[in-house]
Amino acid sequence: MLVLKNLNIFASGKKIINDFSFVFESGKTYVIMGPNGSGKSTLAKGIMGHPEYSLFSGSIVFDKKDITKTLADYRARLGLFTSFQSPLSLSGVNVFQLLKMAMGKKIDPLRLKQTLEKKAKELNLGKEIIERSLNEGTSGGEKKKIEVLQAAILKRKLLIFDEIDTGVDVDALKLIAQFLKNNQKNKTYIIITHYNRILRYIKPDKVLVINGGRLVKEGNSKLASSIEKHGYSRFQI
Amino acid sequence: MVTPDFKYRFGFAKPENYRFKAKKGLDKAVVQMISNLKKEPSWMSIFRLKSYEIFLAKKMPSWGADLSGIDFDDIFYYIKPTEKTVDSWEKLPQEIKNTYDRIGVPKAERNFLAGVSAQYESEVVYESISKYLQKKGVIFCDMDTALRKYPKLIKKYFGTLIPAADNKFAALNSAVWSGGSFVYVPKGVKVEMPLQAYFRINAQRFGQFERTLIIAEEGSFVHYIEGCTAPIYTTSSLHAAVVEIFVKKNARVRYTTVQNWSNNIYNLVTKRARTEENAIMEWVDCNIGSKITMKYPSVYLFGEGSRGEVLSIAYAARNQHQDAGAKMIHFAPNTSSRIISKSVSKSGGRTSYRGLVQVMPAAINSSSFVACDALILDEESRSDTYPEMKIKNKRVDIQHEATVEKLGEEKLFYLMSRGISKADAESLLVNGFIDPVAKEIPLEYSIELNRLINLEMSGSVG
Repeated sequence: MLVLKNLNIFASGKKIINDFSFVFESGKTYVIMGPNGSGKSTLAKGIMGHPEYSLFSGSIVFDKKDITKTLADYRARLGLFTSFQSPLSLSGVNVFQLLKMAMGKKIDPLRLKQTLEKKAKELNLGKEIIERSLNEGTSGGEKKKIEVLQAAILKRKLLIFDEIDTGVDVDALKLIAQFLKNNQKNKTYIIITHYNRILRYIKPDKVLVINGGRLVKEGNSKLASSIEKHGYSRFQI
Repeated sequence: MVTPDFKYRFGFAKPENYRFKAKKGLDKAVVQMISNLKKEPSWMSIFRLKSYEIFLAKKMPSWGADLSGIDFDDIFYYIKPTEKTVDSWEKLPQEIKNTYDRIGVPKAERNFLAGVSAQYESEVVYESISKYLQKKGVIFCDMDTALRKYPKLIKKYFGTLIPAADNKFAALNSAVWSGGSFVYVPKGVKVEMPLQAYFRINAQRFGQFERTLIIAEEGSFVHYIEGCTAPIYTTSSLHAAVVEIFVKKNARVRYTTVQNWSNNIYNLVTKRARTEENAIMEWVDCNIGSKITMKYPSVYLFGEGSRGEVLSIAYAARNQHQDAGAKMIHFAPNTSSRIISKSVSKSGGRTSYRGLVQVMPAAINSSSFVACDALILDEESRSDTYPEMKIKNKRVDIQHEATVEKLGEEKLFYLMSRGISKADAESLLVNGFIDPVAKEIPLEYSIELNRLINLEMSGSVG
């Protein structure tokens, strides 16, 4: 599904991701953990094609297509999605306009609106939030909900959720996790997190630990609980 | 998306076929001749000649945009396209009809069932006042007709709010004005549909000096809309208009401009309104195009409890400078004003916000809110803010907010990560940025504005 080969990613002149290789398989759920500054978000942005996280060397192959040198919008249309840790506010642009533009002629606006309202309800998001400027005057939890809402409607194949569980209260977390689970059919999830609590709802097939921009450990969900108990000190490079 | 003929629509020019054309350049004889041709009352001739003297004496304004490219000797000051104003569409010459078909005058008329006063060159040639307006006693006609039919009314108000001595271009307009609209709304009459005028410049080196006067009597309401498109020419043209609006007690006037002059035009317009007790004046001003625009719609808040508002959008691309803003002068107690300015600059374009909020000693308990936001699309472009506050008493509530934003990589990446192309992401962000003002514009104009922005973006940065 997604093949990363010897990735080296630079941000602001500093090497963040170090010779990273991994094969993500279709339909599975992965969890990526690692201490602050270990390169988790950089990896997500690099995979999505952020222009400021330039790929120094290595290759990214998605769905058998080499996307190493392509723009983010192309990658998205191929089936990649990345949620943002702290999405910026876009004044005058609401989530409906964004999705309408993103889906182009493929979708009937009226149907899109109905789907959007239905999915928003599942997340306990009020109508006014989907009609308001994106992320303007919304709480941290609502912002994360709007991210997963877009993820569900855009129907992508591989979705990376970068700290989707940070800054949300217990009830919101439960809703988000349940929502992700309900919408997972045939999709590959990569969940970047610091905490175990989201894993109470979503069982990962694999847990990866990153430190210093390198993949330092692979394991199952037990690895996640052991990290919560003992920290990352055992995974120094 | 933009249709291929869209560009063409805004760039066509018709062959010149004029009955009369004054010689190039300006002197006393030309001013006198304009007045004679129009068979004006002597007070207007005298007013024009005095204004001409003032124009000569006044210095070019040097505090704003660069006006050194204007050559006053290289401009026609009067052109009369057809003999007289006609009252029906069928009577118009075919050529002019073609032009208006392209701008969509008859369609607009059908849509709004209101009076159409379309200006071709310096004379209003087509005008139809619906029965609805007549029944209510509303006068909506071109300024030349108004001077002939309602001389007393015109004399009472004309040039009293913007005297010729106000600035060099107001003086020039006062000397050579031609065309423009006159609107009179009687006491208590609310005109539900907007009154629309279409303006167009169609001759090389030809300056358009229309003059508009709106009088809204006590408790009345009117919404006046001017939409401007202009053909593309290589030599510079001058557009120097004057708009005076009198808003009486409890009346409300909204004046909407959606303007898209071609990028060789100097657009130097003086717009001013005077509000009486509890009156409301709203300027909605969208400036796209022109070479240089200098325009600061103002409201003189004379009546207690009156309110003034300016909502504006300025868009400057390559070789364009939009120097626009607003002026709010609070003379009376409990007056309030609001200025919302949105400017976008791209491809080396320059926008300047220039605003004045002045609160006189007598204007206690007054409030003013100013928000000017600039969006800069690339490294070449520029935006400046020149806000001025003159507050002469302490019992006021003044708020000022200014933001300058670059169309950031991060926002573009966010939209692109959702599958939106860079050009589409840019227009989405620009349209979103101007949305608070754009939503105040009637739908057909805001759609046009939206299409113009998309057109500009698709050939843009990156």
